[in-house]
Parts: sequence; C-alpha cells; structure tokens
Amino acid sequence: MKNLSQLKLKEKAIIKGFTDEVLSVKLMEMGCLPGTQVSMQLIAPFGDPIAIEVAGYQLSLRKQEASSILIED
Amino acid sequence: MANKVDLKISLVGNPNSGKTTLFNLLTGLNQRTGNFPGVTVDKKSGNLKLDNGQVAEVTDLPGTYSIYPKTLDERIVLDVLLNTEHAQHPDVIVVVADASNLKRNLLLFTQIRDLGIPCILALNMMDVALRRNLKIDIRGLSIDLGVKIIPTNSRSGDGVESLKKAFTQKLLVPKKPFYDFEKLAVESTKSIKAKFNLESDYKAYQFAQQSKRLSFLSESERESIEEIKEENGFYQIPTQTQETLGRYAQIFDITEKNVKSQSETSSVINQKIDYFTTHKFFGYAIFLAILTLIFQAVFAWSEGAMDGIESGIGWFGNWVSQTLPEGVLNDLVTDGIIAGLAGVLVFIPQIAILFGFIALLEESGYMSRAVFLMDKLMKPFGLSGKSVVPLVSGMACAIPAIMATRTIENWKDRLITIFVTPFMSCSARLPVYTLLIALVTPDEQFLGIFNLQGFVLTALYLLGFIAAILSAWALKIILKTKERSYFIMELPSYKLPKLKNVGLTMFEKSKTFVIEAGKVILAISIILWVLASYGFNDNFKNAERIVTEEHQELVGTEEFEVKLNAYKLEHSMAGSFGKLIEPAIAPLGYDWKIGIALITSFAAREVFVGTMSTIYSIGAADDDEATIKEMLSREVNSKTGEALYTPALGLSLMVFYAFAMQCISTVAIVYRETKGWRWPIIQMVYMTVVAYLAAWVTFQIFN
Repeated sequence: MKNLSQLKLKEKAIIKGFTDEVLSVKLMEMGCLPGTQVSMQLIAPFGDPIAIEVAGYQLSLRKQEASSILIED
Repeated sequence: MANKVDLKISLVGNPNSGKTTLFNLLTGLNQRTGNFPGVTVDKKSGNLKLDNGQVAEVTDLPGTYSIYPKTLDERIVLDVLLNTEHAQHPDVIVVVADASNLKRNLLLFTQIRDLGIPCILALNMMDVALRRNLKIDIRGLSIDLGVKIIPTNSRSGDGVESLKKAFTQKLLVPKKPFYDFEKLAVESTKSIKAKFNLESDYKAYQFAQQSKRLSFLSESERESIEEIKEENGFYQIPTQTQETLGRYAQIFDITEKNVKSQSETSSVINQKIDYFTTHKFFGYAIFLAILTLIFQAVFAWSEGAMDGIESGIGWFGNWVSQTLPEGVLNDLVTDGIIAGLAGVLVFIPQIAILFGFIALLEESGYMSRAVFLMDKLMKPFGLSGKSVVPLVSGMACAIPAIMATRTIENWKDRLITIFVTPFMSCSARLPVYTLLIALVTPDEQFLGIFNLQGFVLTALYLLGFIAAILSAWALKIILKTKERSYFIMELPSYKLPKLKNVGLTMFEKSKTFVIEAGKVILAISIILWVLASYGFNDNFKNAERIVTEEHQELVGTEEFEVKLNAYKLEHSMAGSFGKLIEPAIAPLGYDWKIGIALITSFAAREVFVGTMSTIYSIGAADDDEATIKEMLSREVNSKTGEALYTPALGLSLMVFYAFAMQCISTVAIVYRETKGWRWPIIQMVYMTVVAYLAAWVTFQIFN
C-alpha cells in the first residue's frame, strides 16, 4: 500500500489507515481521519518536510510521519 | 488588582483561531502577564467590567488542538480546566473557533463541552468564512451542539459586545454529553468519579486518560487511578482513538447539515505567497532578508531612542546628586542605583523592536513557513525547524528565547535548543562589544569595502552562531533518548498583522524585561557599590593617611583625590576579590580590575560597562562612554609600562564575553525550564570553559 510520503506535488489521495498507533491519535486530532481526502501542497527545498491540505487547511509534517499514513488514490 | 472578581472566564481555542486578538479586544490595555503557579508559562489575564456591574477576570489560555496536550504550554489548559482548586479554574469557558475551519476546531469544543462547565462558542473569523462562501446556519449549529453561539470577527470587533452581554446571562449546562464516551470505559469512569467525588463523568474519564499528566494529583492518587484502570482493562491509546473517531463522526454529520457550499481548497493568493516563501532560492533569500532587516532595525533604529534614554538618565543622575545632601546616601543612589537602572532602561528600544518584529512574523503567518523551510537544515545539528524562533529571539535576549522553546514537543530537541541559545549574541553583549571595539579597533576601511569595526562586530555575532550550532551537534551525539521526535505543525493562512496586537506585545515584553532584569541588575549594582566602597583590612581604613605619606606634595590637588580613590578601590572588598582571581585570568591578559568586572558581570553582561566606569570613575563626575573609553586607553600595564588595552586584550575580552554564560537570569530560567540544577550547571561550566579557552587562544594569537 502507498503511503503519504510517496505522493507527488498536487496529487490527491484518500487516507486509509496508519502504521503507528501513538502518532495516529495525534494525526487524527489534526483532522487526518481515515476516509478523508488529502493533497500534496508543498515540498520543502531539500525534500523534507512536506505540507498537505487536509480538512480545509494546510498541515506540515516530516516525511517520517507522512510515511506512517497509508493512502489510496 | 484589588478589584473583587465575580466571574472567572477562560478563553480556550486552537492556535491561529484569533483567540488572543479577541482577548485583547475584551481587555485592552487592562491586562497583565504573570506566571501560572509553579510553571513559567505566561499567563495573560485582564479584568472586564460587565453591564450588570460585575467584574470578570478573563484568562487567555495557551492555544491547543485538543484536550490531550502535546506540549508543556498545552498542559496548562488541562490543569486549569480539570483542577477545581486552581486559581484560574473558570466559571465560564469561551471556546474560540475558526469558522472557516470548523471541523477541526469543533473537536476541542466538543471535549470542553463535556466537562460540564458552562460554555459559550465564539465562532470567530466569520469574515474569512464569508469570503470562502461558507454559509453557516448558526441556529441549527447551536441546537445540534447544545451551546450558545456568538458569531465574532476579532479583526473588526464585531460580536464582542454580544459576547460581553452573554457573560451576564445564565448559561445552561447540557445534561447529556455530546459524545457518549462512557461506553468506552463504564467501570473506570464510575469508580474514579466516586473516589475523587467529581461532578462530571467526562472529568473522571479524563482522570483515567491523563493520570500521568495531571500535575495536581499526588503520587498515591495516581497509583490508585492506575489500579482502577488495570482492574477494568482500560488502555489509553485505543480508547482515545475510538473517542476521536466518534467525535469526528458526529462533527461531520453536524457540519454537513449546517454548513453549506464548503470549499475545501485554500485561497489562490495563499498558494502564490507560499510558492515564494518556501521556494528553494527565493525562500532562503526572503528569510535572510528578513533577518538582516531585523538585525539592522534592532541596532540602527534604536540608536536615537537609546541616546535619549542615556542622556535623560544622565541628567536625572546629576540632578539627584546635586539635590541630595552629600554623603553615603547620595553616593549609593547616584553611583549604585541610578547607574544600575540606566543599564536596564537603555535596552528597552532594542527589546521592543525585536519583539515587534517577532510578533509581526507570527501574526502574519510567516513564522511557520520559516520553520518549514529551516527544519531540514537544522536537523543534522540535533535541532528542529522550531528552534529557529528561539535562536533568532536569542539575539535580543536569551530569557524570552528560552521560554519560546516550549513549542518544541520533543524533549531532546527542546533541551538542545535551550542549551545552545545563550551562545547567540544577545543585546546585553552589545554595550561590551561597542566599548571594546571602539577602544582597540581602528575606525578604518578593510579590504576596501568593510568598515573594520563593523567587521569585528559581525564576526562576533557569527562566532556565537557557530558555537551554538557546533554545541548542538555535539549534544545530539552525546544525549540518548527513548522519546521519538515528531513534527506536526499547522501552516496558517496568511493574514495582515493587526497592529494593536503587535503594539501590545511590544509593550508587555518590554515591561516584563524591565521588571525581571531590573530586579537583578539593581541588586547587583548596590552590592557592587558596597563592595567597592568598603574594605576588609586596615589599608582601606587608613587609606587617606597612607596616600598622604606617599604623596605629600600632592595634598589638596585633584591628582591626590584620584590617587586616593584608586588606592581605596585596590584595597576595597571588590579589589580583594579581583586580586584573588588575578592569577587565573592573567594568561588571558587581564588584570585585577578586569577581574572585578568579570565577577560583577556574572549577574548580567552589561554590568561590565557600568563596573568599569565605577572602577575608573570614582572621583570623576562624568561616566558616559566617551570618558570611560579615554580612561581605559590611558590605563598602563604595570609590568610592561605600555598601554594595557592592546588589540589582543580587547579581542580576548570580547571573545570571552561572546561565549561565557554571564547572565544570572538565564541560569534561573534554565533551572525553571529544565526543572533542576543539572542542566544550568552543566551549561554554565561548559560555556565558561569554552570562553576561557577561546579567550586564551585569541590572546596568544594576537599578542
């Protein structure tokens, strides 16, 4: 399954699940819920961190955190 | 404030929801910054007179996304709301929510609502919601959420009057919780509620969830909660996951019903600005340009104001010394207290300008882009993008900078940032640099384009930054941690900063600085004056007789006074201390007089200039910098007979001040922020050793 860190700029996807329980609670509080659409908005100059659009706002996270979010196109 | 408080109100909300702007509208200049008891989190509160004559105390709690805290600041929210004994425990909570980003903002609201404390929902930023074509059915939303809703616009002030009116009305607490959390933990909730005699079920549930984070519980109380949880098979994370999912499911239904034509994309202008501010070339260029502008402003724009303050205090000092009868009290007030106060007040323009800029960057939304841009570059050194704010603030003053590290969630990242921030050249080092540069560096061109004095100053700032980065890298390797580092941060949409907020920040921070730093510097100035004015031994007592015997031909002249005062200082308590450490600092080229300044400026670096002027000017009337400079340049090395202040000595002293932890307030703040003496002591020893070695090397190279 693809994860969020593999998404290219401007691509959209649906969140399917998480690989890290502790992190998932924090991400869900920030609106990253299973079934929600996300899109890749910004990738910082050296490839990390990234910013996604989710639930109507921009959220930035490191690739390491993004790779714990499973997605489907 | 002596006013009786009839009603306590807490403002709670997500970061960037306009909560603080709303707070400023409610309280205006009638607010004060203090500390929450036991922690150093800034507590902003202010009084508000209601229409019915009652006085309400409004407290602005730190912004948070949920009742489950991730940072130390956010933990305060939990403590204030769950501890009924807390001095700030509210009678009414105002949850401020960003109407243009409702779903995420409502999560926190539904958690707060279930605590059973009367609540008002302030639906803020209605203007932004309108611009995004969001039509919100406020009546319907109010019924579905079970709360009174007041639409507000904190930019224009709309709705603030309705909010004030709502405080005078009776607020009902809904009987049924918004989300049925009980099904997740029936037994644990019931037992804890009974054991602690709690009034609400959700509070009991939160006791179970967050027993380790609630600072007001005793060790045995925590243990008994753990036992209850174990008996009933309560596991925090899976329960919290269920709860979050359940709350969001209900929130989605409600917003679906009451909010029409939702557009999920952020504005086009926002994306265009982001393209430049996070661009691989323009992004760094903009960041560098902003830093340069701040740097320039802090030094260039403040010059006039600082000169004004200095001459004002100089005039005041003269007036006092002429008005008070001559004697010990006169000397204490003019040489001790007023001279000490001058050292603090003169920094107000710089502190105010720096905090004005930081407030502008935060208000506009740019700061989080700088964090986003710098994260990858800071990571190899054990720092995070969030360390950028403290490091930049550290150029003004390490104290607020270290307090600003609380936004860093990860303990190791935070500790490293706290540890290295004092290496950044703060504004207190500036007077030391200015005096010594003027003394030992010729005012001439260098490589055709640089002014040599300006070049030395820039080099000193760079030196501090390099020391900070290298120390961070070393600490990253030494420190081991089990805690995982993570980075989840909202990028708020850009906003035009509200000047009233910026102005209030400048005012509040300057006030705090004057009061906090002022206390220490004032005390030290008085102690120093006593040390320099009294002696341990007979030489001091009989100074007049000894000097008269030695220089009989001078009796009655001005030169005699100078000789007498120099003799007195040498045999005063301060002189004895200076001589005591002279052997240790001799390799750096320093004599006992510099030794006195090193000891006294341990409290605060800027005391160096004051001490030097006290040491050299007892007897002389004027103590402005030009004359200190002249007196220092006349100082002769007793061994070689040449000028004492050679370039080698000056540079060595500047390098020492660049690295040494000469600031008792920073030590105190590190103690409070790291909760113990271990880190401040390690930091102080480390910085002093680095300073000593670097100063020694500098002296050897240039001598």
